[in-house]
Amino acid sequence: MLEIRNLQANVEGKEILKGINLTVAAGEIHSIMGPNGSGKSTLAQVLAGRDTYEVTEGEILFEGKDLLELSPDERAGEGLFLAFQYPVEIPGVTTNYFLKAALNAVRKYRGEDELDAMDFLAHIKEKAELVDIPQDLLKRAINEGFSGGEKKRNEVFQMAVLEPKLSVLDETDSGLDIDALRIVANGVNQLRSPQRAGIVITHYQRLLDYIVPDFVHVLVDGRIVQSGDKDLALHLEDKGYGWIREDVPGGEPVAS
Amino acid sequence: MIEVKEQKQTYATRFERIEAGVVEGGSASLLAIRKAAFSRFTELGFPTTKHEEWQYTNIAPIAEAEFERMETDTASGSIDDIAPFNFGACAATLVFMNGKFAPHLSAVGNLHEGIRARSLADALSSDDPLITRHLARHAKFDEHAFTALNTAMMEDGAFVYIPPGVVVEQPIHLIYLTSSAQPGSYHPRNLFVLGSSSQATLVESYAGLEGTRYFSNPVTEIVTEAGAVLDHYKIVRESDEAFHVSTLQLHQHQGSNASSTTVSMNGRLVRNDIRTLLDGDGCDCTLNGVQVIDGTQHVDNHLVVDHAKPNCNSREFFKNVLNGKSRGVFSGRIMVREDAQKTDAKQTNQSLLLSEDAQVDSKPQLEILADDVKCTHGATIGQLDEDAVFYLQSRGLDFETARSLLVYAFAREVIDEVRIDGLRNQLDELLIARLPQGQLLRERL
Ligand SMILES: Nc1ncnc2c1ncn2[C@@H]1O[C@H](COP(=O)(O)OP(=O)(O)O)[C@@H](O)[C@H]1O
Ligand SMILES: [Mg+2]
Repeated sequence: MLEIRNLQANVEGKEILKGINLTVAAGEIHSIMGPNGSGKSTLAQVLAGRDTYEVTEGEILFEGKDLLELSPDERAGEGLFLAFQYPVEIPGVTTNYFLKAALNAVRKYRGEDELDAMDFLAHIKEKAELVDIPQDLLKRAINEGFSGGEKKRNEVFQMAVLEPKLSVLDETDSGLDIDALRIVANGVNQLRSPQRAGIVITHYQRLLDYIVPDFVHVLVDGRIVQSGDKDLALHLEDKGYGWIREDVPGGEPVAS
Repeated sequence: MIEVKEQKQTYATRFERIEAGVVEGGSASLLAIRKAAFSRFTELGFPTTKHEEWQYTNIAPIAEAEFERMETDTASGSIDDIAPFNFGACAATLVFMNGKFAPHLSAVGNLHEGIRARSLADALSSDDPLITRHLARHAKFDEHAFTALNTAMMEDGAFVYIPPGVVVEQPIHLIYLTSSAQPGSYHPRNLFVLGSSSQATLVESYAGLEGTRYFSNPVTEIVTEAGAVLDHYKIVRESDEAFHVSTLQLHQHQGSNASSTTVSMNGRLVRNDIRTLLDGDGCDCTLNGVQVIDGTQHVDNHLVVDHAKPNCNSREFFKNVLNGKSRGVFSGRIMVREDAQKTDAKQTNQSLLLSEDAQVDSKPQLEILADDVKCTHGATIGQLDEDAVFYLQSRGLDFETARSLLVYAFAREVIDEVRIDGLRNQLDELLIARLPQGQLLRERL
């Protein structure tokens, strides 16, 4: 589904991603872990098409299409979704309001019929129940005055509404208490299917108790330095990132 | 300069006609006021950008243009011409075609007894004592050439009186539509008197058919007697070639509550002087405004809130959206006189620049002579938040639609406050029509 080859990216002339290789197949969940500032969010934003990051090398194929050639909205249409680490507050635009426009834009792109007001309401009601997001939150301006947890829940809600093929969750667990974490994880798991895939960025192992990944990758200083199965996450939790050059059970050092 | 002199000559010739009684001029006392106003206009001349209050707004094209008095056939205009401006049931609708009252398009039928809503020309010829008492008594012309010119030249407009204690549920709507193919000028004059503890809503729509070229110079005086509640809206949707220079003067007495919203959408050059005199204890005044402009449009909102008495609150909230090479001006003067203790005045001006060539000047001025007051003002000028645009794009909205949605949200904040449902919907439509991807947005939402 997704193939990232030797991806290098700069911000303001500073090299952040230094050659990322990652392949995600349909049905898989990949987790990306790594210390603060290692480039996790940069990778997520580059995937979504943020133009403040300049891609200097490499390519990204999404279902065989050159993702870097597509605008952010086209990527959404193709089925990519990013749950932001820092969701943006947008005064004056309610979540419901903009999601209708977004869903219909995406449906149009996918060659599906646009939903009328009734069908849309039914659709979001179902999804809101899924992530247990209160209806009145959706009638407020997007993320404005939301608590950290409410913002994250809103991201997962939007994901559920837009039904992407590939979801990238950037630290969606930070700021959530354990109940909220369960709900969010449940929302993500509901979307799991053989046709869909996910990249879960986190730096706590605890989310991975609920969203069990097929693969775990460790990103340090703009490179994936270690890949393994879910046990790698447990090991990281124990030992931190200091051991990374050593051999670990279940881990395969990545050839540089 | 030569052109200006010639122009003054044109106006002088016109004024002679008024003096000679060729044009219905009203009572002797009004004629004296007209004379004073005209002589003041002659002294002042049209302001240049050297004048502090006209620093950012160059009205030379008005001074230089050969705008003759707009001639009109009283039967001109049709119901279809007026249709786009209607927004639902009104207590009275007074339509003016090319500045002149058009009875065949107006509806003043079902008014509560004692309410007067009629054309000014009509009121002038009948010597209404309220006219003598109020007309040209509130809008000062000694420092304002355009108000002076209006006072000297006024021929028609609306006169509305609400008796004490009467509550008029539905709005009273004034529609000024220019349809004349011949360029020209006119000077609408409106007087609106709300008796004590009365309540009313007044809407002024100013518009021109496509391609019309004219100079409209309206002056509206509104008096709110003690405890009256006024809701006022002014919508500027003049033609793209039109000049609109207006004055709104509110005179508020004790405990009265006035709110006025100015929406400027179309017109080549628009200048709105919006002034309120808080002349009684415990008044409330809210002045809102939004302008959404593009191309080479120029819109200047000039506000003066004069706190003359204690315990009054004033709120000013103006938003500018500027695209293309348009230029916006906001000037807000708050005066707090010695007497006006416990004044609470707040002014906010927010501008959104959508292009590099658009420009805005925001100028707050506070003159505070009382010591126990609360006065705040804040101005922000910015571009669209790129993070927000990207966020919306990442959800599937294309770049232009994402931008349009953000602009819409920004401007909606003022329109949301409109308390007449039909008018709010009309303004919403107008706003959407002015957005780059408005049509698409409307379909999607
Ligand atoms: N928009 C930006 N402008 C400047 N520096 C940035 C920007 N985004 C990220 N960086 C820098 O890039 C590096 C990686 O950041 P980020 O991708 O956010 O890391 P992570 O998500 O792994 O914590 C950091 O040094 C950060 O300061
Ligand atoms: Mg991050």
